[in-house]
Amino acid sequence: MSVSQRLSEKKGGTVSHFGNARNWENQRDILFVLLQKELKVRYNNKLLGYLWSIANPLASAFVYFVAFKILMRINVPDYPLILISSVFPWQWMSNSIGSSPNMFVGNSSIIKKVNFPRNIVPLCMVSNHMIHFLMSVPVITLFLFMYGRAPTLTWLYGVPLLVMVHFAMAYGIALTLASLNLFFRDLERLVHIVLNFAFYLTPILYPVETIPERIRHLLVLNPFAPLIISWRELFIYGSFNWAYWLICAGYGALFLTIGTFVYRRLSWKFAEVL
Amino acid sequence: MKEPVVSFYNVSKSYPLYGHIRGVKNFLFDFPRNLTSMKRERFEALQDISFDVYEGEKFGIIGRNGAGKSTTLGLIAGVLAPNRGHVVVRRRVSPLLSLGAGFHPELTGRENVELNGVLLGLTRREIRRKMDEIIEFSELGDFINRPTRVYSSGMVARLGFSVVAHLDPELMLIDEVLGVGDIRFQRKCVEKMKSFKESNVTMVLVTHSVASVMNICDRAMWIDNHQVRMMGNPTEVVEAYAAANGVSIDTRAVNKSAL
Ligand SMILES: Nc1ncnc2c1ncn2[C@@H]1O[C@H](COP(=O)(O)OP(=O)(O)O)[C@@H](O)[C@H]1O
Ligand SMILES: [Mg+2]
Repeated sequence: MSVSQRLSEKKGGTVSHFGNARNWENQRDILFVLLQKELKVRYNNKLLGYLWSIANPLASAFVYFVAFKILMRINVPDYPLILISSVFPWQWMSNSIGSSPNMFVGNSSIIKKVNFPRNIVPLCMVSNHMIHFLMSVPVITLFLFMYGRAPTLTWLYGVPLLVMVHFAMAYGIALTLASLNLFFRDLERLVHIVLNFAFYLTPILYPVETIPERIRHLLVLNPFAPLIISWRELFIYGSFNWAYWLICAGYGALFLTIGTFVYRRLSWKFAEVL
Repeated sequence: MKEPVVSFYNVSKSYPLYGHIRGVKNFLFDFPRNLTSMKRERFEALQDISFDVYEGEKFGIIGRNGAGKSTTLGLIAGVLAPNRGHVVVRRRVSPLLSLGAGFHPELTGRENVELNGVLLGLTRREIRRKMDEIIEFSELGDFINRPTRVYSSGMVARLGFSVVAHLDPELMLIDEVLGVGDIRFQRKCVEKMKSFKESNVTMVLVTHSVASVMNICDRAMWIDNHQVRMMGNPTEVVEAYAAANGVSIDTRAVNKSAL
């Protein structure tokens, strides 16, 4: 009974739970089991599952290539590399954000009954997409080799650092949207519209250089732009842009703060509104 | 007297009737009206409820549909917060999830045991240690390695009960889920629950079954119209509840090992 957990202190009512504190091993195991479940449910066969997880971004990249390089004939050197190096990271971000509104609503039956740390649900979802992204790095490398380039030593710290800020941004946004969606059930449509905008406003289909010089500095207002540009520069040229990384870290911290705040404020109402 | 494991002090719980701010669109276009109505329109599901459940006690809650029984369990589980009053819970809570709630249909029974176990607060190591016992008690045989979507509802309930009963529960919450098992399994459940009597497992049981209340519970509470109507000896509470609802029952004729 040494551990006391004061769960809520509101104007009128209070709830005090003693002996309900979960140790970190349990929290780690929840994450692990949920991840395992996710992977298992989605892909029964591991190899086939891996192929599927790369097939989708690869197919999109191919379509963009046909549309822009072959049909519209834009003149960008190594255009496939430009596409590949940004489509995969973008998939991680957009899949995480796109599926986040449904995270708590989709697990309503347990959220209504069990008081477990629910933020683990979006955490697990973002980790899941992260795993898929990491598994696609060999594919990116393969493309590099095809165009006479190779991974560099910069990757050793560049990849982990970018994964960190990417994760923070994705998880912060996902936690916010998953919580808010319980109260505004049409959030999902809105999210998809915004994601669509973000896709075209972020240098994914085009290199940064195509943006007119005088408005290029505005790019940092789009949180995804510095992130995707950093990934691309790291993958293709092996260069790590510290300024952009710091901006991404700032956005990551901001989104995490917002997400945690929104989640803390609303999580007491989850079971009521589900 | 033993120490109370659950204490409700003048607890009231009301639900907001959010109905109309279900979307961003409505919220923006109907803002002022929503804000005022959100504060005003609330539905009182529990009014000024007070009770204690003591260590090792089997506490039954009965009442008509919508009386507020599940809300009471939600408050104990810590998924709901009261609007007034205090709820104090002093043990780890293990809710018996209603039919398959904590189960994923595509996962096998075995995998679902793990899933359920970690959600209830245990570690995988603890679950693995109990796995064989759980499987044996559930009597699912080879079905344990099949996805739970092919289970009958009774089989799901069996597995659900086995998980909760074997993962060292301290405070079990059961909400109207036991009646679906077959007659043999019901007897096993009753025996298991009776064995909890010696150990210090506390249980809060919501049920519509007269037999469950009489066979399992040490004490019962009747919630009527969102308030406590009566609390005390299970047989007396059940009789009063039945009489008030115009149903005549013979409590002496109840099967001693049924649910
Ligand atoms: N999430 C909710 N939002 C609004 N009203 C609710 C909610 N949950 C329950 N209620 C209402 O509160 C009352 C008590 O519900 P409940 O505790 O589930 O009753 P029961 O005794 O049948 O388990 C019911 O009238 C129900 O309509
Ligand atoms: Mg109920």
